[in-house]
Amino acid sequence: MHWWIELREGLRIAWDATRANKMRAGLTTLGIVIGIVTVTLMGTAIQGLKRGFNQSISALGSDVLYLERYSWFINSHEEWIRQNRRREITWDQVRGLQRQITSARAVAPTVNTARPVKYKNRSASSVMVIGTTDQALYTGGTSVANGRFLTAGEAEGGRPVCVLGAQTATNLFRGESPVGARVYVGGYPFDVVGVLEPQGEFLGAFSLDNQVIVPIGQFTSLFTQRPDYAIHIKARDMDSLEDTREEARGIMRKLRRLAPGQDDDFAINQQDQFIKTFDKITGTIATVGIFITGLSLFVGGIGIMNIMFVSVAERTKEIGVRKAIGAKRRAILVQFLLEAAMICLLGGLLGLAIAAPGTLLLRKVMPATISLSIVGLALLVSLLTGVLAGFLPAWRAARMNPVDALRNE
Amino acid sequence: MSLIRLSRVSRRYQMGTETIHALREVSIEVGRAEYVAIMGPSGSGKSTLMNLIGCLDTPSSGTYELNGTNVSDMDDNELAEVRNKEIGFVFQTFNLLPRANALHNVELPLVYAGIPSEERRQLALEALTNVGLADRVNHKPTEMSGGQRQRVAVARALVNRPSILLADEPTGNLDSKTGAEIMSLFEALADQGHTIIVVTHEEEIARHARRILRIRDGLIASDERADSHALVD
Ligand SMILES: Nc1ncnc2c1ncn2[C@@H]1O[C@H](COP(=O)(O)OP(=O)(O)O)[C@@H](O)[C@H]1O
Ligand SMILES: [Mg+2]
Repeated sequence: MHWWIELREGLRIAWDATRANKMRAGLTTLGIVIGIVTVTLMGTAIQGLKRGFNQSISALGSDVLYLERYSWFINSHEEWIRQNRRREITWDQVRGLQRQITSARAVAPTVNTARPVKYKNRSASSVMVIGTTDQALYTGGTSVANGRFLTAGEAEGGRPVCVLGAQTATNLFRGESPVGARVYVGGYPFDVVGVLEPQGEFLGAFSLDNQVIVPIGQFTSLFTQRPDYAIHIKARDMDSLEDTREEARGIMRKLRRLAPGQDDDFAINQQDQFIKTFDKITGTIATVGIFITGLSLFVGGIGIMNIMFVSVAERTKEIGVRKAIGAKRRAILVQFLLEAAMICLLGGLLGLAIAAPGTLLLRKVMPATISLSIVGLALLVSLLTGVLAGFLPAWRAARMNPVDALRNE
Repeated sequence: MSLIRLSRVSRRYQMGTETIHALREVSIEVGRAEYVAIMGPSGSGKSTLMNLIGCLDTPSSGTYELNGTNVSDMDDNELAEVRNKEIGFVFQTFNLLPRANALHNVELPLVYAGIPSEERRQLALEALTNVGLADRVNHKPTEMSGGQRQRVAVARALVNRPSILLADEPTGNLDSKTGAEIMSLFEALADQGHTIIVVTHEEEIARHARRILRIRDGLIASDERADSHALVD
């Protein structure tokens, strides 16, 4: 009861004092405002990136291995030159792996290239043309919206059929139903047997829906002389992912006749490489953001401390009066801490008010929304800055000798 | 039992190498419902004595008992509590909070006593009515005359029903007519049984009191008790 009454008096004084010095409070709060804008935008950007990343990354199955000539992440030019000298992965190796592997649920070789696709007089330029087998339905995590996927029989040759990505389908067919129609992929006729569900964008870089899937046999005979296959291998479950990886690696080394002790001349990529790299990127953003935030909050905090020393000095007499009529140290301390916290909190609110339209800009490039936890964090941070910065001046006020304070004019 | 009992109280100030003896082994007793005037030339130690009696300051040596409790070596917070419960101050320069209205100024001691707002408001209104300011409760100090401000200060000093009312030159900043009004307010309060100690250097004002303590160079020069009414009449 007692502390509540004192707190309310403290709030009232803090509010009066802040209102009486609007300009001064507004100017000193600038550092806090910048700090809060940074922390809010950074937090929102990271959350947005994460959300976008998680949407994209689900296109890569977490339990799928991608056996390819190149690693996804190459750190140096030398490494790139080295990998560039590697031999292609051949069809014989694909068949060998398919035959020998026992721990995989599905194995789908893929090759791709970009070609224009035409339907009647409409055409879509540079569509991703993917040659693969019926197994891609299991390794790809895609599903069919209309019609059907490739069959095992179609996969290796024979009839020229294709499955369209959602966006390619709408681009070429507008409202019409594509199933059964004939499109021209890179000039060659293909009959549409199905349309995929939309998958969205991959890391904002390209659309996963702007694609057409054709049988791998058709692909190699029509679009490329020296195919370089990537093999998608789906493990039975997450727990056996490592075993599957080791088995695939052993088989591949034998098929490519690598001597013991020789380095792998192929890469087995997986989703978690992306996650690690992504975490590194967001980690860097966070570090930079925290540094800027910390710096501006520090500068802002020093400003607040300064202004609080001024406020204490200006109100020495008032402190004397309050002490004379019975205010304890705690009451004076709380009064000035509240004032510092209030100024900082107002700075924090101002920062949020500036950051809010900023996140609308972020939304143009990522699924970013200001979250309640970020608002809470921003307010907590500004409150804390106020309390820390206000402590020394408030402590000085609390310890003032009432006789000296009263004599002050 | 005396309300105030100072035994051989000294207060020294250290100014560099020099020691200033503001009070030298002063012993005084003041009983309940006494009305005391403290007189003396400037720099004689009147304010120092008032600060000690009012628990704003503690003696360098000697003991001070207030209401039977030794307050000479209490810490800051304990003294604050004693001031809040036992002492009401009236200052020469009023010392009201400029941004607060009369009501809030008078409520302040009750805030630090932890009284809930409803009761606070009630008591403050009562105190303001008692000093004749019932119609000025919402005025800020800047919107009032010197005499009115000092009456707000008196209301603030009395709102906690303290044992002692201390006034250090309460008429020093007022013209003589307003000063006289404040002094008759004190007289009325004394008649109601309040214990009052007033510092003044005007004989005119001191004559209202029933006991006059004269101080010189930190020593009690004289302590006259008068049958005040006979003296004034
Ligand atoms: N805080 C202080 N520091 C040093 N000297 C002081 C202090 N307060 C009072 N004094 C000295 O103590 C003496 C008594 O002062 P004071 O009690 O204020 O006198 P009065 O109120 O009678 O004019 C004076 O000489 C004054 O200069
Ligand atoms: Mg004095």
